[in-house]
This record gives sequence, structure tokens and C-alpha cells, in this order.
Amino acid sequence: MAPDDPRRRAAWFSAAVQHNAGMRIAIIDTSTTRAAIISDGLRDAGLGDLVLIDPAGPLLAQLEAARPEVVLVNLENPSRDVLEDFFAMSRALARPIAMFVDQSDAESTAAAVDAGVSAYIVDGLAKQRIKPVLDLAVRRFQAFARLQKELAEAKSALADRQAVDRAKAILMKRRGLDEPAAYALLRNHAMQSNRRIAEIAEAIVTSDALMGDL
Amino acid sequence: MVRIGFLPLVDAALPILAHEQGFAAAEGVNIELVRDMTWATVRDRLLYGHTDAAHLIAPLAIATSLGRGRPAVPLSVPFVLGLNGNAVTLSTALAAAVELGGGADEGLADPVVLGERLRTVAAERAAAGTRLRFGVVHRYSSHNYMLRYWLAAVGIQPDRDVEIVVTSPPFAADALAAGEVDGICVGEPWNSIAVDRGVGRIAMVTAQIWRRGVEKVLALRADTVAERGDEVAALIRALHRAAAHFVAPDTAEDSAAILSRPEYCDAPPETVLRAITDRVRLARDAEALHIPDFMFQYREAANFPWRSQAAWLYSQMTRWDGTPFSAAEAKAAEGVFRPDLYRAALAGSSATLPGASSKMEGSIGAATGVGATQGRLILGSDRFFDGRAFDPDEIPAYLDGLAE
Repeated sequence: MAPDDPRRRAAWFSAAVQHNAGMRIAIIDTSTTRAAIISDGLRDAGLGDLVLIDPAGPLLAQLEAARPEVVLVNLENPSRDVLEDFFAMSRALARPIAMFVDQSDAESTAAAVDAGVSAYIVDGLAKQRIKPVLDLAVRRFQAFARLQKELAEAKSALADRQAVDRAKAILMKRRGLDEPAAYALLRNHAMQSNRRIAEIAEAIVTSDALMGDL
Repeated sequence: MVRIGFLPLVDAALPILAHEQGFAAAEGVNIELVRDMTWATVRDRLLYGHTDAAHLIAPLAIATSLGRGRPAVPLSVPFVLGLNGNAVTLSTALAAAVELGGGADEGLADPVVLGERLRTVAAERAAAGTRLRFGVVHRYSSHNYMLRYWLAAVGIQPDRDVEIVVTSPPFAADALAAGEVDGICVGEPWNSIAVDRGVGRIAMVTAQIWRRGVEKVLALRADTVAERGDEVAALIRALHRAAAHFVAPDTAEDSAAILSRPEYCDAPPETVLRAITDRVRLARDAEALHIPDFMFQYREAANFPWRSQAAWLYSQMTRWDGTPFSAAEAKAAEGVFRPDLYRAALAGSSATLPGASSKMEGSIGAATGVGATQGRLILGSDRFFDGRAFDPDEIPAYLDGLAE
């Protein structure tokens, strides 16, 4: 891992950049957004010469043309068995093998797998050249996962709010209530039945849609 | 808590049923199943502790322990999840070219006859610059070794006369449909799905190549086995009970309903039911054919990890990786299979326990009684289609006798 102290960290990164400027890194990801985020991060850090593989295009032909020394692949990529076979067989590439994995690296390997990154490196490439690339990819994967979680939460919060607003409108119309009273009714019912307000609101909206103006 | 990784395949049945039918709970084990789409990911989750055990292709457990294509991590196999259950499915175009009909009354192809016809087509295609291409599920799979064993024995050199590529099981039928491959060797339900979609014709089942070929195994890291022995033994007992349940005739429909669910195989129940009742529909318009040897999950001590099975896989690994035979590697490969753990876990149960841990593979022609320390063991024919037998103590001589 990069050092925590900011000044040592900057020096460490700049050393890493000098080491890695010429290293060609291919990124294969089923999520093109995540691939772009990782690629931007590596580029900003000056790490390597980057090739984004188009997941919709011919995978092996693109890799053969790119001749990467490092290949970053998302762990759940459906092409991983195909890729590993290609790496073992290819005469065009210099046999990348699954990365890390000598025992001294167990921790950073586990961090990569936890983050959802798998990586292959050309055999013999110095470990200290790879480490900053991998560390950065791991951080970007984690950032992407966090963003997605936040986005999902935001979407769900928005949906909840819309349901509550619609349920209030239905209650105001049907029961002749004002808005605070409609909301209080929803909230009390939620508390009594030990459910979320949004769930009660959803039920009201659904039943209103089904029952109409009965 | 034991987390078990698996791929959506019918032969993931035992861990799934051990969980769903309460056999694991009865042994005090809580199973959590983790589904993936590639063997590489199943293996990596096992190596890095996302899972504690895995439904795995047997050769991959050996390759991982020997450090093929990656640094070595020792794995242990205390239980075999099944024998055979795979098939060779040809595209409808190739099936027609080798004169396999789509008709209702055509049976499985004879491996020798089909091999001869295929050799002719393969030569034509190679001359035209478009070699026949077969998909297997992984470089280190029994599918790869069985297909290659057959092709080489009928005079088709697998790395020269045809091309063998990798298609992960859930994508094999798609690859056939898209014309990316001319044939696939894969487990169920993926052959039957190709047939039902009308894109393939099952030519042979792999049981025709080797009647009792080892298929999926339960693999764990060797350190897990050492540190959590009691839990592993309880898991083995749960899997044994699940296996007995799975082959009981009145359970097939229930099992098919469970296995076909979206979180497991995500396939039509009728397709899964055919596989687990050993009925195989060879072509879309054909009636399902009963093939008694199609898939073995319990009978004949199918779950016992014979060291000689591991040795055979190792012999094929050296053959097709092009690496020299090494006595030390052979010993390490055999050591991945752990009959000692199987015996210890199942002593005093209803399981049949063979007296030996290794046998001549492919030497039994007709049902034969063999020594057992618990129960009675009768083994059926375990022949290879070319009649060769494999002596685990004579691997170099065996390899010398095989075609290139």
C-alpha cells in the first residue's frame, strides 16, 4: 500500500510513475462506466499506457492487438475462464498469470478480491511496478461500489417520497383531510403495524389504483 | 457457517439439497450457497476466503494445488459430487454433416463410428482453413480431457486437426447458437437447453468415453480441512445424506423443482428433471432416451475420492499441457483426493467404504464385487471406450501407449 503520510505518499507515487510510465495496462470490465473511472484514475496518476477493451467487441482480438503487460478484469466478468485459457495458450502475449499470490501478498490479494478486481500480469514483471496499479484499481473499484450504493439509496429515497406524496394526496381527497392530518394518519398506522411509512404509502397507492373510485 | 461456491449446473445438486432439504442443519452445519458464472471466480473466492468450500471441476482442484498457470495453493477433496453427467453436443449443421439424424428412433452415436466420420469432416474443414471448433468448460476440466481422449483415440489430433476453446457452462448453448463453436462438451442442463432451443444435437454422453469418469468434487483449502475438521466431517455426512435422497426415485420431481429455481440453475424444471432421471433427449423432436450410466451421484460409492481418479486426471494434465511426467507431481495430485477424510466422516453411517484407496481404472468389464470395510461394494463396468486400462503406478508407460 502507499504510505499514509502525504509527503512520503507523493514521493512514493512519483517514483511509481517513473517506473510505470511505459507499462501497458488493459482494462476489461462489463461496466463501461467503472472501466472509465479506473482508467481515469490510472491516467491521472501517470500509471501506464492504458487500453480500454470494448466488452461488446471481440475480446481476444482486442487483447492480442493491445499486447498488455497487465490485465485488470472485474472478478465477476463472465469471460474469465476464456481469458485464462487465452493467457495460457497465447503465443502473441507473453503469458500473463494470475497476479500476486505469493504468501507475502496475501493481504493485498484479499483486498483486491474483496473489491472485485482480478488481475493478470506478465510473468517476471517486477512486483513493485504492479503494486501501485493494483492499489489504485482497488480504490477505484471501492469508490465505484460506494457510488452505486449511494445512487441506489438516493433512487429508493426518491421513490419512497413519491409514494408518500401520492398516498397523502389520496387520503386528503378520500378522507377530506389536510396534509398534516394525512401524514399523521400514515405515520400512526406505520407505527402500529411496525412497518415503514413508505410501505403503507405503497399499499394505499396500489389499492387506490386497483379499487378506483369505489 | 460453511459458504459453498457453485456454478449453475445440475451436478451442484448435493450441496444445494443438503441445504434445502435440511440434511446440513441435521448435522449442525449452516450452508450458504454462493453462485458464480465462471470457474475462475469460484476458484478465486475459495482461495481468498469468500467461500469455505466449492463445487469444482476435479482437474481444476489438482491444477490449483500443483500451481499450473498460477502460484500453487494446496486444496483437498474429501468427497466426489458425482461421476459423468456430461455430453458432447454438435451444432445441427455438424450433426447433419456426420450423418446424425434428428429423428425419434436414432440413439447415441457409437464413439468409433462417429469418430471416423468426424475425422473426415475435420480434415475437410481444416483444408478449407476453417478448423472445426469445440467448446469445453475450462482448460482444467474433465470435459476437456474426455473430449481430447476420444478425439486423439479416433485419430483427430486435438491441437492440430480441430480447435478447442473455452466456453463457461452458462454460455455454452449460446456459443453453439451463435456459431462460435461447432460442438460443446458441457454438463447439464446446458446440452439439453441447446437441444430444446433447436441449436444442437447430443451426439454422445461422456459416459461412453469413460463409463465411470470422475466429475465435480467438493474442494476446500487444505488449511480449512486441517483447522475445521469436525465441521468438514459434518458437511461430508450431510452431502452423503443428500446423495442418498437425490437418487431415491420419488424425490426427482422435488429435486428438479428446487434445482431449476432462479438462484440455482435458472432452467426449466422439465429439462432438469430429464437430466436427474438419466433421460436424455438427443434432438429437439426426439423422445427422451433412458441412459442408465448417464450420471452417478451415489451408487457404487460414487462419492468416494479414489486416488487413482486423481492420478488419471494428472496423466491427462501432463499429456495436454505438454509438461513432462513428474513422480513428485503425481504424488501431490493423488494427495489432493482424501479418502481418509471420507472414511473418517462416514464410519458408522450407511455409506459403503471401499477397502482400497486406489484401483486400476478401466479394468472392470462386468459388475464385480470389491473389498469394502463397511457395507457391500459392487462396481459396474468402468471401461474406457478404447478398452485401455489405467494403472496409477505406471503413468509413464500409460502415456507412452496413448496416441499423440
